[in-house]
Amino acid sequence: MLEVKNLHVTVDGKQILKGLDLAVNKGEVHAIMGPNGSGKSTLAYVMAGKPGYEATEGQILLDGEDVLAMPPDERAAKGLFLAFQYPLEIPGVATMTFLRTALNAQRKKRGEAELSTPEFLKLVREAAGKLEIDTDMLRRGVNVGFSGGEKKRNEILQMALLQPRLCVLDETDSGLDIDALKIVSDGVNRLRSPDRAMVVITHYQRLLDHIVPDVVHVLSAGRIVKTGGKELALELEASGYAQFQGEAALAS
Amino acid sequence: MNAELRSVKTNAEQSLADAYQASKGKLPGDRKVVALREAAAARFEALGLPNRRIEEWKYTDLRALIGEAKPLAGVPDATAKARAKAAGKLIGDMDARRIVFVDGTFVPELSDLADLSPGLSIRSMAQALAAGDPLVDANLGKVVPAEREGVVELNTALMRDGAVIHIASGATVERPIHLVFAATGDKPASVFTRSLVVIEEGARVMLVESHDASAGHQVNTALELVVGDKAHVDHIKITGGPSDLVHVSSLMAVVGAHARFNGFAFNIGGGVVRNQTFVRLDGEGTLTGLRGASLLKGKQHVDSTLVIDHKASGCQSREVFATVLDDESRGVFQGKVVVRQHAQKTDARMMTRALLLSDEAEADNKPELEIFADDVQCGHGATSGALDEDLKFYLMARGIPEIEAEGLLVQAFVGEAIEGIEHAGLRDALMDEVVAWLRKRGS
Repeated sequence: MLEVKNLHVTVDGKQILKGLDLAVNKGEVHAIMGPNGSGKSTLAYVMAGKPGYEATEGQILLDGEDVLAMPPDERAAKGLFLAFQYPLEIPGVATMTFLRTALNAQRKKRGEAELSTPEFLKLVREAAGKLEIDTDMLRRGVNVGFSGGEKKRNEILQMALLQPRLCVLDETDSGLDIDALKIVSDGVNRLRSPDRAMVVITHYQRLLDHIVPDVVHVLSAGRIVKTGGKELALELEASGYAQFQGEAALAS
Repeated sequence: MNAELRSVKTNAEQSLADAYQASKGKLPGDRKVVALREAAAARFEALGLPNRRIEEWKYTDLRALIGEAKPLAGVPDATAKARAKAAGKLIGDMDARRIVFVDGTFVPELSDLADLSPGLSIRSMAQALAAGDPLVDANLGKVVPAEREGVVELNTALMRDGAVIHIASGATVERPIHLVFAATGDKPASVFTRSLVVIEEGARVMLVESHDASAGHQVNTALELVVGDKAHVDHIKITGGPSDLVHVSSLMAVVGAHARFNGFAFNIGGGVVRNQTFVRLDGEGTLTGLRGASLLKGKQHVDSTLVIDHKASGCQSREVFATVLDDESRGVFQGKVVVRQHAQKTDARMMTRALLLSDEAEADNKPELEIFADDVQCGHGATSGALDEDLKFYLMARGIPEIEAEGLLVQAFVGEAIEGIEHAGLRDALMDEVVAWLRKRGS
């Protein structure tokens, strides 16, 4: 479903990703782990199409189609979703309005009919209930006055409503206490499906106790330096990233 | 001093002075009104049109912006009246009592004067001036700020009609009063309207003023508002019109003790628009909110200038203005808060924000505080900038196309000011106008 080939990315003229390769089949969950500064968030942003993240070489193929030339909204309509590490606050835009606009924009782009108000409300209430989000909160501005955990739950709510085919989760565990981590991971696990792929980006292994990956990659200095099964995460937890930083340094 | 330094009259100034001389015999009013007009006309002769040498007008040089003054509007014809039926629709389906003025003249057949609630009286300024109405006699010109300036003088000299509204002590007017000013004549003309609203102690009313125009008009409108002790008054002004409209408006209010005054100005049209607001807080413990939202495009020039004069202690004032600027438009905000020596415990805050959607647009923000008391809380802030690219990316990453994402952010931006309107129906109607404006921009 996802193929990243020889991806080189610069941000502010600085090269961050230096020939990254990654292939994720549908139904699979891949974890990308790596030390700070290895390029994890850059990978997430460049996939979603953030301005300023410039791919100088390589491809990101979603079902064989290169998304690099597409604006972010088009990528989203194709089924790509990024759960932000730092979800933004948008005062004055009610969460409900935001969710509905997003959902209908995607449906429109795919040639589907817009949802009626009752249909939409039903969907939101169900999805919010499962994530223990009070619907009163959804009348407020997007993420305004939300705690760190509430913001992350709101990301998963968006994911649940938009039903993407490829989910990229950027440090979804950061800023979560253990209860919130459980709610968020349960939310993610409910979305696991044979038709959907996930890329879970994380610094720590603890998230992967809850969202168990099929494949674990180690990202260091802009490249995947090791790939293994879920046991690789445990190994990293024990030994740290230092060994790979050395390898990456040698390689570059 | 300006008088001595003044250069020769511009064409516009000369034709305005001539227009006064030619028409003064026909303008309504008894001897007292004639004296008022004469004095005002003489001061206009001396002051001329406001220009950039006057600090309050340095961003809006009316003398330079008005090439020629249009002839005074005549009695409205059938076409102008027919067009006026469509005027004032920006308030949506809010139920309000429509009082209609076409080309500056009250039109009874388009106005709703039936079943006035107890304590409410409404009449035309022309009739009131002609009849020597005691309310007008007692109040007209009394709210005008001490510092004289050309446009208000010109208005006093040439005022022809407008609304005179009185709300008796303790009366609550449930149904909002909608003053519809339509400059809808075929020929470009100068229109001078003057209104007076006196709200007695403890009374409650919501006034909506909407201004529409057809091509080429020059409108000078003024409203004097006397807010009695413990009264509660909402005033909303909506200004639209074609891109060659010159619209100069002066709202002059005096607020009594423990009263509430909530003003809102919505600008969505016109070529050169100056909304000046002078509020004098005469009584203690008043709550005043002045808010506004302007949406500018093309070469529009919209100037919001406020002076809040805290003369009594314990008053609170809040100003929130949001301006969205596209194309080559120019937005001006000047806000001045004066706190007099005796106005202790004043709590005044002013915030103005400009959102620039184009590289060619210009926003000028000039907040000023003049504080003579020592136990006060005053603050002001001004920002101007482009749309937040990170927020836009967040919205787009959820599948929202760029133009819609910008639209949501613009709505959020002006929403903060619009939320200050207490009437939910009107709030929604204005928000719909914002959406329509954005849609036109996107198409």
